[in-house]
Amino acid sequence: MSLLEVHDLHASVNGEPILRNLSLRVETGEIHAIMGPNGSGKSTLANVLAGRPGYEVTAGQVSFNGAGLTGLEPEARAQAGLFLAFQYPVEIPGLSNMEFLKAAWDSHRAAQGAQPESAVSFMKRARALAKSLELNPEFLKRGVNEGFSGGEKKRNEILQLLLLEPKLAVLDETDSGLDIDALQTVAAGINRFCSADTGVLLITHYQRLLNHIVPDRVHVLSEGRIVASGDRHLAEKLEAEGYAWLSD
Amino acid sequence: MSESPIDIVGQEYRAGFVTDVASDTLPPGLSEAVVRHISAKKREPAWMADWRLAAYGKWCAMRPPDWAHVRFPPIDFQAISYYSAPKSLADAPASLDEVDPELLRTYEKLGIPLHEREALAGVVKAPDVAVDAVFDSVSIATTFKDKLADAGVIFCPISEAVHSHPELVQKYLGSVVPQQDNFYAALNSAVFSDGSFVYVPKGVRCPMELSTYFRINERNTGQFERTLIIADAGAYVSYLEGCTAPMRDENQLHAAVVELVALDNAEIKYSTVQNWYPGDAEGKGGIYNFVTKRGACIGARSKISWTQVETGSAITWKYPSVVLRGADSVGEFHSVALTNNYQQADTGTKMIHLGPGTRSTIISKGISAGKSQNSYRGLVRTSPAAKGARNYTQCDSLLLGDACGAHTFPYIENKSPTATIEHEATTSKVSDDQLFLCQQRGIDPEKAISMIVNGFCKDVFRKLPMEFAVEAGKLLEVSLEGAVG
Repeated sequence: MSLLEVHDLHASVNGEPILRNLSLRVETGEIHAIMGPNGSGKSTLANVLAGRPGYEVTAGQVSFNGAGLTGLEPEARAQAGLFLAFQYPVEIPGLSNMEFLKAAWDSHRAAQGAQPESAVSFMKRARALAKSLELNPEFLKRGVNEGFSGGEKKRNEILQLLLLEPKLAVLDETDSGLDIDALQTVAAGINRFCSADTGVLLITHYQRLLNHIVPDRVHVLSEGRIVASGDRHLAEKLEAEGYAWLSD
Repeated sequence: MSESPIDIVGQEYRAGFVTDVASDTLPPGLSEAVVRHISAKKREPAWMADWRLAAYGKWCAMRPPDWAHVRFPPIDFQAISYYSAPKSLADAPASLDEVDPELLRTYEKLGIPLHEREALAGVVKAPDVAVDAVFDSVSIATTFKDKLADAGVIFCPISEAVHSHPELVQKYLGSVVPQQDNFYAALNSAVFSDGSFVYVPKGVRCPMELSTYFRINERNTGQFERTLIIADAGAYVSYLEGCTAPMRDENQLHAAVVELVALDNAEIKYSTVQNWYPGDAEGKGGIYNFVTKRGACIGARSKISWTQVETGSAITWKYPSVVLRGADSVGEFHSVALTNNYQQADTGTKMIHLGPGTRSTIISKGISAGKSQNSYRGLVRTSPAAKGARNYTQCDSLLLGDACGAHTFPYIENKSPTATIEHEATTSKVSDDQLFLCQQRGIDPEKAISMIVNGFCKDVFRKLPMEFAVEAGKLLEVSLEGAVG
């Protein structure tokens, strides 16, 4: 049983077909990178997996941990262990980051039939993780992403990834807008998440993130389908030669 | 899945039951005879009857205000009954033991502690709140009177204060809200039935929270309560007000007047959690809440703060205000107004700066959902004598869905060249992106909406007494129930 199995997937956004016949399999312990030019459907894939409203599966199947995802509410997918790190994390003014994180974690625990973790123990964990991501723990008291810089928002996404302990992390251009130092911190956080029990789907434009996180497989997405797959050297070739050679 | 998750449907109202008690209710209609009759029912002295009749005379010459951003068919004031009391209270019960158990059960169902004896005996966790329970037109019970009396605090139904403390009532009744202040204030002055009276003597810090719980039960009656709170020099009191009504198809009128008076260095904190029946999901029924609330900071360095959480009523027309007469006196207004379905709210405040060094703060949070209309209306006025007066106003609106409206009507009249007046306003929407972020982190949309709205209201909830803050949070959750499809 694969962690994630996408079979002949077709999906539309607001009625417009974006993904066409896409197939992909991710096993536990694997890191897959999805690359491709703008508009090739990378973010659509991420949002379809997470069940974002407006993203409609028109054909094909997606199974996660052996169970079908189609028709499941986004929160049920999240509770089952599917995590999406957003390309543009949204702000929720007034709702404190800590309260948000605790509610998220409580919902994950409740789905497993577990009691909520005590506030004290959870806050301790959250503070320690924030520190390891070079996020000032004061950020936990502020509104969710409220007034955060681009880099802080991305680090906050990784904080959530590590706190919620999902099985599969779908990272949508988490490297975009990061300076070198922030990139290293974020990459270290992602590497920390990777284990024999978890999988990663890394959506990125650039090879530079792959210098820090070594993928097992690299796929190139073009016009809604995977047109090439290979090992990490495929990413290096793309960096050197661009995408044009693929369509020749 | 392609639909927006924000889709407003009905809301559930949990205080909507009717208590089955025999009532003594006046037939509908208003006349001089009805005013005399109400006064006679309460065995009032002649000065009180005369005061009412004077108000009735003024009311007859006035017309309902039409400037608020609310729409409703004209009210037939002759179709309303102006007095209703449970029959069992014809002879005022001397203690809780004599109160009709059916009435006590009503308050139990609403979660209002009237069990003073048990509380004092330590049978249940003692509430730190003294309660005056007003049912339709009469007060049925006031708890902790003795303990308060030990501290010198007077807390009783105003109908009783007319007899027991006429000098205070005569001095202050109508001193903050004159009879002719507005149409509904004049009406109230003529027919007011009951309400609470509080006097905190010089230098006394009231030993517990005081609270009045208003319940409309009878059909076709209006509730016209009158509350008067006086904090003498250096006194402090915190007062809470709660309200509910049964679910009925027809609209019911609630036209109250609340007057607060703070002398030198005194402080009054007045908190309201207003949960009148808002009408059903189609906008049928519900309370018309047309209320005049005003405080006068007469003394130097006195302070009055209004904190309100408004979730109920079909229509809210309410502007708790402060007249800042004493030098360096302080006025505050913190408000959360939530409207859903077809509710309409036109609410805000007036801060009238008359004395030097006076300061006021206005924090207003409006939340609109469904097809509701939510307006903030506020006036900040400074007189030439208000040297160095300061006001800060912050007005935030939050929209859920796209069929509702949020409006802001700020008025500033500044005649003091040294005054500083600041106004900030924002309007935001609970976006699909915010909801999706919460859902992606495992939080269901209902919980997400409630968390987002609570976060938005945090500045105001912080000002509420502890137990009320919890209740307010829960109430928002209930009022938003069904706000997500």
